[in-house]
Parts: sequence; structure tokens; C-alpha cells
Amino acid sequence: MAGIRVVFFEECDEHLGELENGLIAIQEGDRDPETINIIFRAVHSIKGGASIFGLEALVGFAHTFENLLTKVRSGEKALDEAVIKTCLKAADVLADLVREANGGAAVEDGKADPLVSTLTALSSGSSAGAEEAEEEDPELAALQFQPVSVSFAELDVAAPKTLAIRFKPGLAMYAKANDAILILQELSRYGEVKAAVNTDALPLLDGLDPREGYLTWHISLLTTQHPSLVREVFEFVENDCELEISEAETIAPIAAPPPPVIEAPPTAPPVSFAPAPAPAPVGPVEAAPVPNQPQTQGSIRVDLDRVDRMIDLVSELVINQSILVQRLAGERFNGQAEVSAALEDLDKLTREIQDSVMAIRAQPVKAVFQRMSRLVREVEAVTRKPVRLVTEGDATEVDRTVIERLSDPLTHMIRNAIDHGIEPPEKRAAAGKPAMGTVKIAAAHRGGRIIIEVSDDGAGINRERVREKAVERGVIGAEDRLTDEETDNLIFAAGFSTADQVSDISGRGVGMDVVRSGVQALGGRITVTSVQGQGSTFTLSLPLTLAVMDGMLVQVGDQGMVVPLTALVESFQVAPGDVTRLGVETTFLHLRGANVPLLDLGAMLGYPRGEDEDGRHVALLVEDDSGQRAALLVNDILGQQQVVIKSLEANYREVPGVAAATILGDGRVALILDVNAILSRRRRVCAEPKAA
Amino acid sequence: MTEQSPIALRELISFKVAAQEYCVDIMSVREIRGWTPATPLPSAASFVRGVINLRGAVLPVVDMAARLGMAASEPTERHVIVVVWIEGQLVGLLVDAVCDILAVAPEGLQPTPDLASSEVQSFVEALLNVDGRMIGLIDLSSLLPPQQTQAA
Repeated sequence: MAGIRVVFFEECDEHLGELENGLIAIQEGDRDPETINIIFRAVHSIKGGASIFGLEALVGFAHTFENLLTKVRSGEKALDEAVIKTCLKAADVLADLVREANGGAAVEDGKADPLVSTLTALSSGSSAGAEEAEEEDPELAALQFQPVSVSFAELDVAAPKTLAIRFKPGLAMYAKANDAILILQELSRYGEVKAAVNTDALPLLDGLDPREGYLTWHISLLTTQHPSLVREVFEFVENDCELEISEAETIAPIAAPPPPVIEAPPTAPPVSFAPAPAPAPVGPVEAAPVPNQPQTQGSIRVDLDRVDRMIDLVSELVINQSILVQRLAGERFNGQAEVSAALEDLDKLTREIQDSVMAIRAQPVKAVFQRMSRLVREVEAVTRKPVRLVTEGDATEVDRTVIERLSDPLTHMIRNAIDHGIEPPEKRAAAGKPAMGTVKIAAAHRGGRIIIEVSDDGAGINRERVREKAVERGVIGAEDRLTDEETDNLIFAAGFSTADQVSDISGRGVGMDVVRSGVQALGGRITVTSVQGQGSTFTLSLPLTLAVMDGMLVQVGDQGMVVPLTALVESFQVAPGDVTRLGVETTFLHLRGANVPLLDLGAMLGYPRGEDEDGRHVALLVEDDSGQRAALLVNDILGQQQVVIKSLEANYREVPGVAAATILGDGRVALILDVNAILSRRRRVCAEPKAA
Repeated sequence: MTEQSPIALRELISFKVAAQEYCVDIMSVREIRGWTPATPLPSAASFVRGVINLRGAVLPVVDMAARLGMAASEPTERHVIVVVWIEGQLVGLLVDAVCDILAVAPEGLQPTPDLASSEVQSFVEALLNVDGRMIGLIDLSSLLPPQQTQAA
């Protein structure tokens, strides 16, 4: 049961995601009936699952929510702004309730109740009063409630009638893990249910197919609901069973006269539920229709550990494969066509396996982006700045580990964008901007990395204030001259906050510092550009996966070393005449008319120089994330290679200038160069004499 | 040697470092393997020999001779790496040879005398006398200095 519960909560997350998506689409003007259906189904599925586990609070709320959606779906209720807003709020509360049911923090009492009344009011059909029932003022809400119940009474008096339902589940319905009893229970929410089972079709035991459905239920339902709504109870099974629903007031074998229904749409548990007599008489046969054929299933759920284990194994396979290739290349097999053809195939296959395994872990960034829209709503409510969130490229796929760790930095950045970036509506109006601010998150693949941009159309970074603060806090000296870009990036310094008032939302200036370290821990970089009065854009550049990368294997001193291909612009031979020395330390390289700093990588890393000093004429032109270029002098270029990234921190610690390690074909460890760190270290060294 | 030890005995593995003998608790030893060339790390402490590949994991190797303040080892094929578990990390100790497995009662462990240089004292936890040999018990937790400041 615990296992099923886990699956239930996983599914809930998916449903909540669909719900959120659908609602946002609707908010943006989507009126496709299918979108509303998706929303409805998501809520309905959560409710259905929750009732299995007896999660009453969740079921109750989902049911109320569902009622409103039912009205919307049938067109009885227009999708106006009040309804959409309420639905969005309800989706948030539903998510909270799911979390609570899953052992998370309890939902504050006050949060769900007013919403339940709003939902009920809205779904009762009187849109005039209901829209304002959303207001928090209890007095007002009470006032608005009056007309609601009146209008409903009118509706009800006309309605109650008996529906005769014949329901015969087929094999396919059981095979999809649907259970007749749950449907009967669901029916009871719509009114009084009397059900009788017909076992005539039941064969003798030797002729019995345990998976087949032999039972037919005759149900009479006393309800105020329209038959089409009742039919929806059977929505998921309709194609897999025989179903007849007819209005049959006279035939109905109900003794008692229909009691007047005063209650608004049934939010409460069933008034009376006559237990379906099905299971008892059938005895041992009843246990038989066990659903065990998930034949139509398009996906499976796999424990993450298993996937990770597989990825580890594939990584080892890749290493082993390249060891094999190197060993064979050096042996007598060298040059034998069959061997090298087979090796090439093996190489292709291992790469393909690796890609497919990585693809298992790849997920669209949508999962994180979705969560952000809720965040925006919450921050919007606190700051009272109307903001809309625009997402772009949310189908961009990236490794699951990256996704998981993306959430925190994004949360910080979006909070900051709204809190510090977007101006209050009055100021926006004065600046001639639309009152509603826009925060945009966009994702795209670029050069083997994923680039995520968070931009706002706010005031931009106030460079003077940033500068003032930085001087005040001793981050920079009063005399230091900084470019605009450098000034903007000061906001990533520790202990920095430029909002005039420290607010609850973006905290005390720990935000951007935390963001930067979080991003760096992922092997990513973050930069900011800002235009005064027009907004700021934060750009995150992250690796697609944390496990494998393409690199250029070079020899530095007597060591092999890997330069990430993403940082490499080109490699070339250095002619002695191209090099200019300035003093002792500094060398420049003329490259097609430009001068780039030339760095001796061996000397910087402390690797002994090769014996043949004049022979070292190979350089790599590299570029860091901010576009700074430098040429790195190396002994030799050994070739391009895909390498498996191995952490140095796991057993050791961070090493400056080194991003990680990898294991080469010969089994030795090679270090992966951190180009950004190398170049910034170089820049620091250069900057010092200037500052002095 | 497994059955004979009463409860209180502590089992230690002893090894040779430049003609001296040291030991570590057997419980922290994961495996013992032959020397393979290590990849040096930039701006690492002098006693960190570099990193090697331990079946797919990157393992730092500490040159015990250098750590104890003696001349760095000139490793040959006969040198040995003792892989130990230190507070959640695997670390290789480069030593000349593994000698013995010792079972010692707590009384057999004598505190390191104050005269020892403070650096050695900081990670030689105790001394024991076995058959006339003096053996230093290494305190693994202080073998690697805490996240050292980067050499600028």
C-alpha cells in the first residue's frame, strides 16, 4: 500500500502540473474545451486517488473545486476573470493539501475555507454576487451569499428526478484498474443511490474467465443533476463498459418520496449510500477481476537509483571502451581493417547507449518553470505589484539533476526581479510603462549548454546606488573605476542589498550571492546586464548534464589535461614572431591583428616544463563566459574526446583552476581545466599593479 | 588472529615510512594496492602527491613521508597505497611497505610525548612498543588539514 501511495503522490504532482498549465493557458486566453477537460480530469483524478486513501480534506476540497469546473465545462459558468483567479488560487490550495497529505506542512486553517465558500458561491451559478464573494471582507462575503442560496433553491425545486442507470463493466475496464465500487461511491455524491446487481450472466466456475466482468448493476439515482453530468462519473470507463442512463421517474423502485434537496451542490459526503450488494453474493469470484494488464501504458515509473546506477555503469563502459581502443591501437591489431571497423561500431554503440541513458534523465525545464508561476502570484500578492510571468522554451530538456537544483536560484532571481526590479504601478505609469510588469524566463540550448534568462521590464540596476553601497561595504575602493558591466555584477557580492527597504521577499541581500554560488556549484555561470529604465536580464549558463562533456585533450608539461570544448575557440601553431613580451611576466600574442594575452598553462599550474622548451608552439584560444579571450600555451594537442566528469570534491576538495577530473583511456586521472577561473585569476594578477 | 582477541583489543595495520613504522586502525582501511603514477594537482600541499583512479573514483594520495616532514618518497613499483576512509572521504596513503597486523590493548598505547614537534604530534595520536619497535598510531582525522587556504 505504501508503494501505491508513493505512486499516487507522484501522479498528483503530474496532475497538479497539468492543472497549473491548463489554468495558465486559460488565463492567457485559451478557451479550447479540451484545455478545460484537462483541468477537470486533473482535479478529478486527484480526488479519485485521494478517496482511495481516505484523505478526506483533499477529497472534499477537490470535490468543491470540481463542481465549479463542471459548471465551467458545461458552459453554465462563464470563464471570467473572477473564476480564473479563483481556480488559480484553488489550484495552489489543492497543491498545499496534497503536500499536507504527503506528510508536508499543514495548510493554515484560514486558507482553504474562504476559498471553499468562493468556489461554492461561484459554482452555484449566480455570477453577479459570486464574483465579489472572493473579497476577503467577511461582511461583504456574507452579504453576497444571500442571493446565492435563493437562486439555488429555485433551481433545485425544479430538478429532483430519478435516473435509471444500467452499468455493466467489461474486461477492459478492470484491466485499466478501474473499480466499479468506486464509481458507485462517486455516484452517491450526486444523490441517493439504490443499486442492485444482476448476476444472471455469471457462468459456472469451470466456465469462468476470472478477468471478465459478468455483473450488471441496475442503479437508480435520485438526483438534481442533469443526466449528462451523471454520465461524467463514468467518463473514464465509458468506452470499456455497457452504460445506459435514462430518466425513469415512474419505473424507479424507490419507496420514499424524494426529499427536498436544499444543499448547494453536494460538497459534503453522501447523504445516504446504499452499499452495492455486489461483492457479497459473488463470493470468491469477486476477487478474480484483478487488473494486471497495463497493456496500453506508454510509460513506466522507474526508481531513480536504478537509472543512476545504469548511468554509472555506462560511464565505466565508456572509459573501458576507450582503454580497449588505446590498447589495441598500440598492439599488433593496429591497421587490421576488421578490428578497427568493429571498434568503430563499438564506439558508436557505446555513445548511443550513453545518449539514450542520459535521455532517460533529461526532462523539460517546464517542471521548474511551472513552479515559478505560483511564486509570481504569491510575490505579486505581497508586493502589490501586478506582474505577469512569461515563459519561453519550456520544452528545452536538461538533465534531471540540473532541473532539481535550478529551482532555488530561479526562485531567488524571480523574487528579486519583482521585488527590486519591477517598479510600483505609479512609478511605472509615470515612466510610461504598462501598469502590469513582466517577468520573463526563457530557456534555450546554446553550444552544448543550457542558457536560462530571467528578465524583467523594471527600472534596471541603479548603478550609482550599487556603487555607493559597494564602497560603503568595502567591496570596492572609492577610487576604483568600474565598467557598467562590472558594476552590475557587484550585486553578486556577498552581503549586498540595494533595495532601500529590506523586505520579506528578497531578504537581506543574501539572495544574489546564494544564487551565484548555487549556479557555480552546478558548473554554471551567471551574469547580469541591465539597461536603466528598461529592466535587467540575468543570464544563467549551465551544463546540460553533470556527468559527461566534450573536451580537448592536451599535454601540459608531462600531464594530460582536458580543456572543455565549450570554452575552446580554436587551436593554432605559434610562430616566435607573433609573441610580444612586456616586462617579465606578460606576454601577448598577435592574432589576426588583435593582441590576446598568452598564458603559459604549465607554469600557471605548476607542472614542470618539458625538456624541449623551443618545441612548444601550440596554443589554444579560449573564451570564458563573459567573452574574455586568452591564448593558453600547451605542449601538444592530443585530440578531442568525450570525458566522464569525476568529482574532485568527493574525496578531496575544490582545486582552484580545476573544474573536475576525468579518467583517460589509459586509466590515469586527468584534470579538467576551469577556463573561467584561470582567466579571472590572470585578470586579478593584471589588475593588482594598476590598482596600486 | 580473529578469534583470539578479547573485546578490548584494538587491531591496527602497521606500515613502513622511510625506515620508521606507523600504524592506523584496521577499521578505517578499505584496501591496499600497488603504486600507480598519480596526477599532480596544482596548488596542492607538498604532501599531496596527486590523484589516482580507483575503479572510476578519483582518489587523492598523501605521501606519508612528506607528511611526516621527511623527504618526499621516490615511489617505485614496490611502494604501496593504503586506502583509508577518513570522515566520508577515501584517501590513499603512500607508504614504503605494509608490515603487520597488530592487536593491542588500550594500556599498550602511550600518549605522544610533549617533546615531539607540534606538527607530528597533531596527527600521531599515540605510541606503542611492539617487540622493541616504536610505532606511531596515526590519527587519520587530522592527517589532512581542514580545507586549507589556497596558495595565492
